[in-house]
Amino acid sequence: MSREDEKQMSTTTTTAPLLEISDLDITFSTSSGDVNAVRGASLTVYPGQTVAIVGESGSGKSTTAMSIAHLLPKNGRITGGTVRFQGEDITHQRERQIMALRGSEIGLVPQDPMSNLNPLWKVGYQIDEALRANGVKGSKQEIRQRTVQLLEEAGLPDAERRARQYPHEFSGGMRQRALIAMGLAARPSLLIADEPTSALDVTVQQQILDHLDTLTGDLGVAVLLITHDLGLAAERAQHLVVMYKGQIVESGPALEILQKPQHPYTKRLIAAAPSLASRRLSSIHQREEVAEQAQEHAAEDTDGSPAVSENIIEVRNLSKVFQLRGASPFSTTPFTAVDDVSFDLKRGTTTAIVGESGSGKSTVAQMVLKLLEPTSGEIRFDGRDIASIKSAKDILGLRRRMQPIFQNPYGTLDPMYSIFTTIEEPLRIHGIGSKKSRDQKVRELLDHVRLPAAMLRRYPNELSGGQRQRIAIARALALDPEVVVCDEAVSALDVLVQAQVLELLNDLQAELGLSYIFITHDLAVVRQIADATLVMEKGRVVEQGTTDEVFHSPQQEYTQRLLGAIPGGSIPLAGSETISEDGSQEAAPVGRPTGSHRAPAHRADG
Amino acid sequence: MSPERRTAAPHPGQEHYTAPLSETPLKDVDAFDDTSTPRSMWRQAAHSLLRDPVFIVSAILIAFILFVVAFPGVFTSQDPTAGSLANANQDPSGEHPFGTSRQGYDIFSRVIHGTRTSVIVGFFTMIGSTLIGAAIGALAGYVGGWVDEIVSRVVDVFFAIPLILGAIVIGARFQGIDSIWVVILVLSVFGWTNIARITRGAVIGVKSQEFVMASTALGAGRFSNLMRHVLPNALAPIIVTATVNLGVFIVAEATLSFLGVGLPPTVVSWGGDISTARTSLTTHPMQLMYPSIGLAVTVLSFIMLGDAVRDALDPKAKKR
Repeated sequence: MSREDEKQMSTTTTTAPLLEISDLDITFSTSSGDVNAVRGASLTVYPGQTVAIVGESGSGKSTTAMSIAHLLPKNGRITGGTVRFQGEDITHQRERQIMALRGSEIGLVPQDPMSNLNPLWKVGYQIDEALRANGVKGSKQEIRQRTVQLLEEAGLPDAERRARQYPHEFSGGMRQRALIAMGLAARPSLLIADEPTSALDVTVQQQILDHLDTLTGDLGVAVLLITHDLGLAAERAQHLVVMYKGQIVESGPALEILQKPQHPYTKRLIAAAPSLASRRLSSIHQREEVAEQAQEHAAEDTDGSPAVSENIIEVRNLSKVFQLRGASPFSTTPFTAVDDVSFDLKRGTTTAIVGESGSGKSTVAQMVLKLLEPTSGEIRFDGRDIASIKSAKDILGLRRRMQPIFQNPYGTLDPMYSIFTTIEEPLRIHGIGSKKSRDQKVRELLDHVRLPAAMLRRYPNELSGGQRQRIAIARALALDPEVVVCDEAVSALDVLVQAQVLELLNDLQAELGLSYIFITHDLAVVRQIADATLVMEKGRVVEQGTTDEVFHSPQQEYTQRLLGAIPGGSIPLAGSETISEDGSQEAAPVGRPTGSHRAPAHRADG
Repeated sequence: MSPERRTAAPHPGQEHYTAPLSETPLKDVDAFDDTSTPRSMWRQAAHSLLRDPVFIVSAILIAFILFVVAFPGVFTSQDPTAGSLANANQDPSGEHPFGTSRQGYDIFSRVIHGTRTSVIVGFFTMIGSTLIGAAIGALAGYVGGWVDEIVSRVVDVFFAIPLILGAIVIGARFQGIDSIWVVILVLSVFGWTNIARITRGAVIGVKSQEFVMASTALGAGRFSNLMRHVLPNALAPIIVTATVNLGVFIVAEATLSFLGVGLPPTVVSWGGDISTARTSLTTHPMQLMYPSIGLAVTVLSFIMLGDAVRDALDPKAKKR
């Protein structure tokens, strides 16, 4: 893009589009015939603009973006429509010409920072290579100098030393910064960022996206952002494109779409997004009702006998120290994964444990489940220290009353077992009922999790992630447990499915008087489900209280940072009450002008 | 948020657009498709096997080989062990399609009857070595810790002994016991190591999966977990290796018989016949070719079958 173009662009709104996709069809040939992954997609990106494509997995959002630089998998091809870049039709251009565009004109920031750097080469060397591949000439020193400059630009402190390190010495966020540096190395005019921060913790995500914003703003680079997170998209982009099952269902100025969604799918998506304001209040009220009901229910169950404590689980001063392999053979170094954690779980309520990766939240869950021995501290289940439960029979009894639901819907079901066998397994292990009564119970459970009985003869590989997670819930409920420990139980699911499963968990709590321990990294989800919240950082509890307290008046700086990092948390939605966040969120980019470009003043030197 | 910002005119091509609902129909969230037929992993594997030409060719060959093993009489009425030196080294004729050997045996009949020996030795050795290897490998992988350390070192020691060398040394000890079971036993004792290694690796991979943890949390015992969840999921690589091993064991048996430490000379076998034919290689090369072709085709079929089964059970490992 010439400087003249830029000037023109900043003065008038009739700039030529940088990227123009019209009526794009993409077909994949698979063993079971051709699949139309994208149908009739049209979108326009102007120079310097940020445009976001939002959709669930399988919506075709990545496929659309990847087709621009001809990076479709081998079995995919463009079967209709055109892709025009800088006015030129590049739909069916030769590989050689596309290669000249890649990197130099169209940069790419891939999704997974863990696998997109070659572990065998130093980070600096890989960026040097990218520069050379894009035709940057110069001596070794000059190129390295440029690399260091790029890394600094991407926000890596101490860039010169970092350039000499290997990818494994980088954290996830640092790797993503290196990949951003690489994507922007040749100053492209368009940067395709495919879920650039989905694998990262929220606070890191916010830093990186903020930095990407400033950087691309200064350089005048247009960004095509692919994301599943509507809140994030609305916060970062001026123009939104919503995709559903390979088609664009709605597109337009970001805030307008969020506030006046027209298509039922967009409405559905906005209603389900946990990070967006609309659900906050209603879901809390809903939760309170549910909790009250559940508590009554629990009280009935116990016949109001006075000896029963209000807390089903009490955790006191819990610690776990792992012995890691030390510097010399036979030596170990202690690593404290969980440090002095105490909390209570009231009957019929939900306690959420929130933290970023490495906070020790899952270790707590495993100790509560007696799948891991604590180093010190006490876990009392219904008044009894679970460390004192030793005999196989008593352990079986404990297991019966406390059940886990794990994160990965693809790993939690045995692929060899039919759905019936899977749900029946706990009943069989505990020798409950006759064959006939077990069959009856399995059908009831399936009904509980709102799945048709036709599912019984299926196998896990035929089900979607959300369906698998429902089966896992049904299995966990087979023994009528009192406590269910959900370890990131909805984190791997698409927003709509996530909302559905959360609702199911809510309903089941009310119906069955369950108590939940809910482990998650996602604060937005906590608000929808938890009564009490525990915020953990590096093995320690940094804040704890009722969910309302933690969300409305967070005391600790760490919690405030976590809350501030929820993408889209500050975007006002039409017809919904928004909670003012004590000014803690004022810094978040609220009213970025829609449909207009970023201030062009910085751009001339880019 | 000022109102004029919201109403700022978008660029051409970026106006608010909504797709007509009739063209983008909404489906239920996470709708369940109950039109397809349920398919277990095994059934899916069978489904893709039946479309794999490698499988079809090897299956036809193996079916034919098994038929020969079961009914050798259908192909030849000649007694493979009845020969007279008067008929030695005859050229092919109507009576002896492949001619006769130096001892005057009918070569065609010996190739046909030799199939049975090879396949029986290969099959039972495969069963024996797989049982030993899978049990030891599963123990090491599942229990872990020092048990794994010790068992793995034992496996390494056995692994270091070449199959043939070990079998020669031990086989020589049993010389004189005229039974194919000695060969099967000896080959099993030295042939289980790769199964043990494969099983150990597969078991370690499966035991850390969440469904095993879920089952533990449900109250399932360690042993029942191993039998009900871990081993069934580790079965695929074991089956593949065992199938390929079957071919390897047939070769090993032929090698031992060729060296004279395998099957007793009274048993009709390809290895023994190759050994005998070697002496007349220059004058009658075809006498060596016939049993060799039988051996090669049989081994190739089993190795191809193993390949096809691997592709079906583990589609990701499939090479493009």
